[in-house]
Amino acid sequence: MDAIQQAFVVESRELLQMMEDNLLQLENSGGDPEIINAIFRAAHTIKGGAGVIECRFIVEFTHVLENLLDEMRAGTIVPDRALIEVLLACSDQLGKLMGCVESDAEPDEELNQASRSLREQLQRYLGAPASASKDVALSEAEVQAVGGGEMETDNWHISLRFGPDVLRKGMDPASFLRYLMEFGQIVQLVTLPDAMPAADEMDAESCYLGFEISYKSDADKARIESVFDFVRDDCVIHIWPPHSKLADFIASIESLPEDTMRLGEILIKCGALTQNELDLALDAQSDREVDAPQPKIGEVLVDQGVITPEVVEAAAVKQNKVAEKKNLESQLIRVQAAKLDQLIDLVGEMVIASAGANMLAHKSGETALAEATSVITMLVEQIRDSALQLRMVQIGETFSRFHRVVRDTSRELDKDIELVISGNEAELDKSVVEKLGDPLMHLVRNALDHGIESPQVRIAKGKPPRGTLRLNAYHESGSIAIEITDDGAGLNREKILSKARERELIGPNQTLSDSEAFALIFEPGFSTAEKVTNISGRGVGLDVVKRNITALRGSVEVESKEGQGSTFRIRLPLTLAIIDGFLVGVGKASYVIPLGTVVECIELSEKARTETNNRQYINLRGEVLPFVRLREQFEISEQGGKRENIVVVQYAGQKIGLVVDELMGEFQTVIKPLGTIFKHIKGIGGSTILGSGEVALILDVQSLVALATVQQNRLQSAEAVKV
Amino acid sequence: MNQANNLPVAPGQLADGEDQQYLTFLLSNEMFAIAILNIKEIIEYGNLTEVPMMPGFIRGVINLRGSVVPVVDLSARFGRNKTEVSRRTCIVIIEVANGEESKQDIGVMVDSVSEVLEIPRSEIEPPPAFGAKIRVDFIHGMGKVDGKFVIILDADKVLSVDELSMLGQAAATVPVPQAETA
Repeated sequence: MDAIQQAFVVESRELLQMMEDNLLQLENSGGDPEIINAIFRAAHTIKGGAGVIECRFIVEFTHVLENLLDEMRAGTIVPDRALIEVLLACSDQLGKLMGCVESDAEPDEELNQASRSLREQLQRYLGAPASASKDVALSEAEVQAVGGGEMETDNWHISLRFGPDVLRKGMDPASFLRYLMEFGQIVQLVTLPDAMPAADEMDAESCYLGFEISYKSDADKARIESVFDFVRDDCVIHIWPPHSKLADFIASIESLPEDTMRLGEILIKCGALTQNELDLALDAQSDREVDAPQPKIGEVLVDQGVITPEVVEAAAVKQNKVAEKKNLESQLIRVQAAKLDQLIDLVGEMVIASAGANMLAHKSGETALAEATSVITMLVEQIRDSALQLRMVQIGETFSRFHRVVRDTSRELDKDIELVISGNEAELDKSVVEKLGDPLMHLVRNALDHGIESPQVRIAKGKPPRGTLRLNAYHESGSIAIEITDDGAGLNREKILSKARERELIGPNQTLSDSEAFALIFEPGFSTAEKVTNISGRGVGLDVVKRNITALRGSVEVESKEGQGSTFRIRLPLTLAIIDGFLVGVGKASYVIPLGTVVECIELSEKARTETNNRQYINLRGEVLPFVRLREQFEISEQGGKRENIVVVQYAGQKIGLVVDELMGEFQTVIKPLGTIFKHIKGIGGSTILGSGEVALILDVQSLVALATVQQNRLQSAEAVKV
Repeated sequence: MNQANNLPVAPGQLADGEDQQYLTFLLSNEMFAIAILNIKEIIEYGNLTEVPMMPGFIRGVINLRGSVVPVVDLSARFGRNKTEVSRRTCIVIIEVANGEESKQDIGVMVDSVSEVLEIPRSEIEPPPAFGAKIRVDFIHGMGKVDGKFVIILDADKVLSVDELSMLGQAAATVPVPQAETA
């Protein structure tokens, strides 16, 4: 795949995502013209791009799709559920075809078959072509109200204003005119050089020309439009079939930059209008101009009684929004993730280096130097924060993907479910977002399947038949919280407890708090679902969710009220590149324990040491606390001092002690991966560089706990065999 | 060095008649050589952090200007004794292939580095089938220098990331029997 193809695929995938979002929105909001336009633009751009990379199968497929969308835009086809279903299928199909481009393969027979059947479905909606004439027929009734009437000419009229960038994009305006002549005849052509600036301001690379063309052809509107496919985005193009509505024509003329009077003359010259028609139209216009010097198309239309003011207002607001969004997009810069990572790496090194310099400066005792370095340290920390900010992305994009999931799944399950999303702007590290997709998907499906009841059940329970699923995100003291809330059945505490007893996860008489009981659903293989569906219920899942989340150093909890619904809350650190660590020393070596896992630190006194008698546990306020000596675990040879400390760490509800020599306090840790050679190592999660330049290893508490558990169990069973 | 930079081909694919420069170093008084194109730099031994539960030939990691680089004890890698640290102990930073595309830096601990030599292609003999007391696939060839043989190592084989990581996995899963004896 070459660079152009790659750019095409990347851009098209984004457009497809946008198209899908818009289609779903269309389904909910009815035929909003702005949304239909956006969908059309997406399809059109994909087709254009596919044309550039000469990807025949995508062009062919998109062409039919584009035609249909164009009809929707024109209002001749009204989107209904069934049509949107087809269009969604089309967008999926495009995604698959895009996959073919990516892998440099031709689509296989199955895929071609799917393309064909979708195209047939689209064609069915399109019905017979030549819809342009139908347009005219339909609008006859409105013509009366305007008091204009039809234009007398038998010719098409094309009004063209090329955008300034046309030449720069490698298009030659003259070639379009030549192409027009291939299936018709240009009766009259007037060139409009009005936009041309004075010679010294003129940029030879810009195009300032416009044309008014009177054109005789038997081709239909779509055919003529297709001539301008490549420049449509940059240019103002109006095409009127023979005998168009006069008022429409005039309204559009007003939207062109040139003076209306002058345009009128030109139009007469090229035979589009007769003098009579022009006078009529201008009279009508000057009537309006009394209170509005420059009537906008919208106002004209309102005057004509075609649409109501509210609609215009709504459309205007929408246009503004679209414009704002476009502005925002243009302010974004695409940067390769690797470059960002490199920058963050460098900044991380800078943090380390400045910490080292700071330390030396303080040691030297020179106040001025120490002051200077501490200012640098402060600035470096600010740089680090902004560098990390670069990797932050809003979670909204991840959330919006679930519109489709909720829609499809609820349909599959015969449920009526609404997805409400809030907190779109909460930001978190891109690498976290990527890994969050799966667990989130799982929880959403779980809520859809098990949480929210079917409409019948809901009505019987006195709830509204339509269920609500909420996705919410917010920042909370250095971490992000993501909530998945449903207003469904909630968790049945008794059912969970009996299941847990059955599986001997808890003792028969053990009492648990609500949160403890609900936490049981994250145990492997735990499912209270009576029937297994293909969406969820197999009992694999929530434990995987939990594992994935904890791998991101996050946590997941559930709150629930029976009959009223449940909330799953995921808490995640904002970034994976830097963690708060707790620095400890064993012998000469330093280790970092992720601060989030540390519960407390206690001294392992001489007395307690003798009491333990080589046993590997102590009595922590009445609780048995098993511990691991890092010195033994890591086979560190040199002897430590007399003092030993225990750092109590907690993982997945299990507490263990890590015996170390020295406690050195909190430490902002820039994580450095250890590389391929160490990928199998257990108990160590990565490394970091201390202010002194030395490398310290970061303990992976999760695997350390697992390792210690396995070793001690084997040790005990081995001893039991000996006895 | 200039001449080394001008050489267009990697050591493994040396065309006949082209000469290569080699760094020679001592390992328990035996002389070895490594093609200089793979070598990034040579630093003094120090500030090494041991990584627990790894095989003996992985001495640990060092901070090489912000990146964490593993250090391999070459002597232990050949199944001999661990290298004793002395005043002249050095770490040679070598770039090796890691999979198809990527490269990884690995530090190699040697007793002392000697010099950079040009060994003509004609002076390099194929490795002996046995007798070198080193796995044959580690040896790129036997260079003749001043009438003596120098073992030219194949860095990509000796420091194969895949193999090192597999040996690391083996070591990481052994500690159980050790715990039993403890």
